[in-house]
Amino acid sequence: MMDGVLGMVARRLMQLLPVMIVATFVVFSLVYLMPGDPAVMIAGDYATAERIAEIRHIYGFDRPMLVQYFAWLGSVLKGDLGHSLFSNEEVLRLIFTRLPHTILLVVYALVLGALIGIPLGILAATRQGTTLDKIITSVASLGVAVPNFWLGIILVTLFSLGYRWFPATGAVSFFEKPLEALYYATLPAVALSTGVVAVLARQVRSALLEVLGSQYIRTLRAKGLSSRSILWKHGLRNVSATMLTIAGLQVNRLFSSAVIIEAVFAVPGVGNLISYSALNKDFPVVQGVALVLVLVVIFTNLLVDVLNATFDPRVAAST
Amino acid sequence: MTDANMTAITESRAEPATRSTLPPPNRFRFWAWLWSDKRALISLLYLSLLVLAAIFAPLVAPYPPNEQNLMDLLMPPSAEHWLGTDDLGRDTLSRLMYGSYNALYAASLAVGIGVAIGVPLGVFIGFVGGWIDELGSRIIDGVLAFPPIVLAVAVTGALGIGLTNAMIAVGFAFAPVLARTMRAQTLVVKNALYVEAATGFGASRLHLILRHILPNAIQPVIVEITLMLAVALLAEAGLSFLSLGVQPPESSWGGMLARAYHYVEVAPAQMYAPGFAILFTALAFNTLGESIRVLLDPTIKRR
Repeated sequence: MMDGVLGMVARRLMQLLPVMIVATFVVFSLVYLMPGDPAVMIAGDYATAERIAEIRHIYGFDRPMLVQYFAWLGSVLKGDLGHSLFSNEEVLRLIFTRLPHTILLVVYALVLGALIGIPLGILAATRQGTTLDKIITSVASLGVAVPNFWLGIILVTLFSLGYRWFPATGAVSFFEKPLEALYYATLPAVALSTGVVAVLARQVRSALLEVLGSQYIRTLRAKGLSSRSILWKHGLRNVSATMLTIAGLQVNRLFSSAVIIEAVFAVPGVGNLISYSALNKDFPVVQGVALVLVLVVIFTNLLVDVLNATFDPRVAAST
Repeated sequence: MTDANMTAITESRAEPATRSTLPPPNRFRFWAWLWSDKRALISLLYLSLLVLAAIFAPLVAPYPPNEQNLMDLLMPPSAEHWLGTDDLGRDTLSRLMYGSYNALYAASLAVGIGVAIGVPLGVFIGFVGGWIDELGSRIIDGVLAFPPIVLAVAVTGALGIGLTNAMIAVGFAFAPVLARTMRAQTLVVKNALYVEAATGFGASRLHLILRHILPNAIQPVIVEITLMLAVALLAEAGLSFLSLGVQPPESSWGGMLARAYHYVEVAPAQMYAPGFAILFTALAFNTLGESIRVLLDPTIKRR
């Protein structure tokens, strides 16, 4: 069975290669969206003529676009994403010191979303048509429509400024003080998680309803199995792949919302880094964060596929 | 014969029947539908009011949006200022009305750009097929891998800060979603019997696309567009909150929230109005989208 999974990983990696090429090309070509001479733009407002010439040389703006792309890709593969125009720090370093904060938020929100969303979905599906079901589906509609950052502000007002249960802003390194880091990350993670809760509750509900209405479940019922064992042994097992896939797809959206949530809670993550850098025209940093995050998303999806395949050999065989 | 086969047959037989339940473009049927679906009715009423508020803001807003009244800073709601005032003494209700214009403009612009790029691209690669389809699909996957706001922030950073650029960026992130749906629909319709028949009668490619493929493939896209308006609205609010979208002194709901957050300890009431405006509008678009989905596809029951 392990062999099948490994083979699948290899095949998926081959499939992911073109996706990664497109994604990196998009990040690279952001330079061409800039109005005017990109070298002048990248150099910033107070650059000297030498600095502009240097940047033109580094980016190779005098060469054809595809040549430039591969040259850029080459330096990216060596881990060279350039330097910040403001602090002159290496972009990759800048990103890697901040990425753990963002990943903590995203993982925390995902766990919260699963812990709340999946039980809500099961509750709604097993009590289909009841008031509880209606309440859960309505709450799910609200969860998709509520602006996360507004919820963040409300949480700060209530629980930081009001009750003073949680810190309003800031973050602590997870590697140094894990518990305190979680404490600091709780409010932003809760604000982030609403979308995941809503989507998981909805999808688990409809997937479970579909499984519970299927032929073989009817057969099991006819054979006299209890509702509980049907739900746990057969219903949920069949829905687990759906749950995992949906959770994986949410990672992309969580990184999206994290950009704004990090601003609300002043979390020094990559989301804050990219919006701050975009405002200040620190282009190499903007490019670097976009690149790193898209790669994180692509590999997360790969991980989800691998997990699905290890749980379900049929998946490994079919892809 | 097994049960599964039976269902397959009844389903295929039922297909013409479900087609005929599609309401014709008939005014009477439209109102009947709207009356039967109260959630859609309420959403549509709310959105119509919002459009009116956006268009007629200069006429109906109690104050000019940028009129500062330095005697009344951060006032709670009162008879003169129904929703209070902000940190510069500007009337919150008036700014909310003017902000609705920016919100609706931004959402339509982003979705419009997404449609303008995504729909033709999806039809084209689906129709032509072969290596073009293969290449196009990989491009779609590549762009879809980006977290939308991250892509939007990066594109805005490159194009220059401002509402229009920010929404071009969001539209760019939407395009692959629509292209993917449109491609899948085109593939289904392309192989349908009646399109084959039309080809047999010598219909041109353009005729096939415009008369047969587009009208039949567009239905799920309409649902997607309605739901996307909500996403675009939330994106505009978020980007304006980060001051990457609407630039002051112009008003936007996201920008109002950013200011309100600054003074949240002094005037906590200021953060509710813009937040509820965003929430209700996104909810209205989503509800309408779900209703249209049910309307167009009677096989799925309402949630």
